[in-house]
Amino acid sequence: MDPILFFIFAAVAVICAISLIVQKHPIKSALSLIGVMGSLAILYLLLGAEFIAAAQLIVYAGAIMVLFVFVIMLLNAGEEKSPARPSWFAKLLGIPLMIALLGILSYVIQRAAPEGSLAFGEYTGGAREVGRALFTTYLLPFEITSVLILIAILGAVVLAKKEL
Amino acid sequence: METSFLPTAAEYLRLLPETILIVSGTILMILEGLAGPRNRKNLSPLAIAAILAAMAATVAAAGNPGPAFNNMILADGFGAFFRMVVLSAGLLAVLCSSSYLTREKADSGEYYALLLYSMTGQCLLSTANELIMVFIGLEISSIATYILAGYLRDDARNNESALKYFLLGSFATAFLLYGVAWIYGITGSTNLEEIRRTLLNPESGASPLLTGVAAALMFIGFAFKISAVPFQVWAPDVYQGAPAPVSAFMSAGPKAAAFAVMLRVYLTAFPSIGDGWQTMIWLTALGTMIVGNFAALTQSNLKRILAYSSIAHAGYVLVAVTAYSDTGTAAAMFYLAAYAFMNIGAFAVVSHFSRTGEKYVELNDLAGLAQKQPTTAALFSLFLFSLIGVPLTGGFFGKFYIFKAAIDSGLIGLTVLGLLSSAVAAFYYLRIIVVMYFHEPGDTMDTITSPAPGIQIALWTSALATLLLGVFPSFVLDYATTSAVLVR
Repeated sequence: MDPILFFIFAAVAVICAISLIVQKHPIKSALSLIGVMGSLAILYLLLGAEFIAAAQLIVYAGAIMVLFVFVIMLLNAGEEKSPARPSWFAKLLGIPLMIALLGILSYVIQRAAPEGSLAFGEYTGGAREVGRALFTTYLLPFEITSVLILIAILGAVVLAKKEL
Repeated sequence: METSFLPTAAEYLRLLPETILIVSGTILMILEGLAGPRNRKNLSPLAIAAILAAMAATVAAAGNPGPAFNNMILADGFGAFFRMVVLSAGLLAVLCSSSYLTREKADSGEYYALLLYSMTGQCLLSTANELIMVFIGLEISSIATYILAGYLRDDARNNESALKYFLLGSFATAFLLYGVAWIYGITGSTNLEEIRRTLLNPESGASPLLTGVAAALMFIGFAFKISAVPFQVWAPDVYQGAPAPVSAFMSAGPKAAAFAVMLRVYLTAFPSIGDGWQTMIWLTALGTMIVGNFAALTQSNLKRILAYSSIAHAGYVLVAVTAYSDTGTAAAMFYLAAYAFMNIGAFAVVSHFSRTGEKYVELNDLAGLAQKQPTTAALFSLFLFSLIGVPLTGGFFGKFYIFKAAIDSGLIGLTVLGLLSSAVAAFYYLRIIVVMYFHEPGDTMDTITSPAPGIQIALWTSALATLLLGVFPSFVLDYATTSAVLVR
């Protein structure tokens, strides 16, 4: 059962990712991205990582995508017009380079895949383990991330307030 | 399970410089909010005091080196050296900024808060012993710098600069993160020493090919930050558009920190793929020197010339990295320290000279500066001579140690090509000096005023440091040599 589900959702993820790039309307692209995020969450779930699956859904498919859609609506972005003169550089090199990258990556992963990779449902990383790691071993990165968020807020204030 | 998760007092001391910077940054931010728009005060003295305190804390922390917070950071001599470089760069940038912001009517605490936060990120990068810390430090440093680059948001050049820097920078960080994910997949760890142990252990089954790809992905992220070829395109536009004191800081602080973390990551974690990595750096170093120096020849905007020159100088440091030896690491450290002073000095002159709205940033605007302001012109010439690498300046010993380390490692070809390209560089630096001294002053000189006190202090400090490093280099070099061994 697990492999079948894996292939179904892996296929959904890949199709949605392609659709994300191919779609001309930004809202359709955003919806495709939600498809990618959702299928990834199910892949995590299949491995047994409930917490990461939930975080993936809540943070990415939930919060971040709402923000994306919100911005698209706010800017009232319409259908994308293809540029008058498509760059020959992108046309000529883009797809072969992409295929080359894909080929290299899959070759490397094929060759170097470690023996006895993780099986379905084997991963043990629930909320308890993640929480413990965050507040003990990874305490410093966890705390320092707050500075990162503070800078983002400060930046928004600096760039958007009425008078400097 | 470990016995206690509570950090000891010594561990807090090792994080003290960053703590001071974060706390002072937050205080500056709150003070700005409390004062309101009416009774604004110049908050730069507070920022200066914070940086000086962080420097003192760095010295104190260096007395008791070691890891802190579960090996997240490693406050050793190498980290302390780069903390000092970053803090000095920040200090000089604050000194230049004060009068610049007053002139542009944009004086505010947020600017200094962002500068302090940016330095926090760079200090964390200098000491990071864990890829997660590398990523967070890099993001803190970069995001703060993106905002600083677009700080005068009514200026179209600032907007262009910030947007370009932000978009390309985020892209580069994504590559870095992808590389980190690969490394975690290969070794099961993000700790640099553990990665090293796993990769060197033949039974771990880690494929060198996979490790090489991961290291290359991470290198893209770092190469962007140090503006190495082929990831250098952003630098001229960003340096040209950003406020001059910010360009000064960007070319010294974040660059030194990025080199620090690159050296630490590759020397500590990836000795197993040293040969392949050396070839890659060899090519990058050569390309960076050539592109930087030759592109600078055709520029007429002072900030663009200095931007291309900063690309070329990243190339020289990469030569030292290519040497892949302790002397090479020490030479890179020495050069980055010397470079911080001479380059910020040069940018300080531009910041003073460009006047309100940065109207005068063309090479020809400098005509006759030597007649109007002989001291400024003389100091500017000193920085330019140091950038060329003339003896008695820090730049000379910097280049000398770099190429000596390269020859010791048998990189004869790279050394010859590097020396040739730095001879080309002398042309565009000397052109600036010629314009200053041998051209008649035009009407652009009418509005020039004497440098503000902050700029003067920055100029004289940089000049003094450049000369000290040129006359007594051993003091800094000895420290660099002893700490270079630590990251191996």
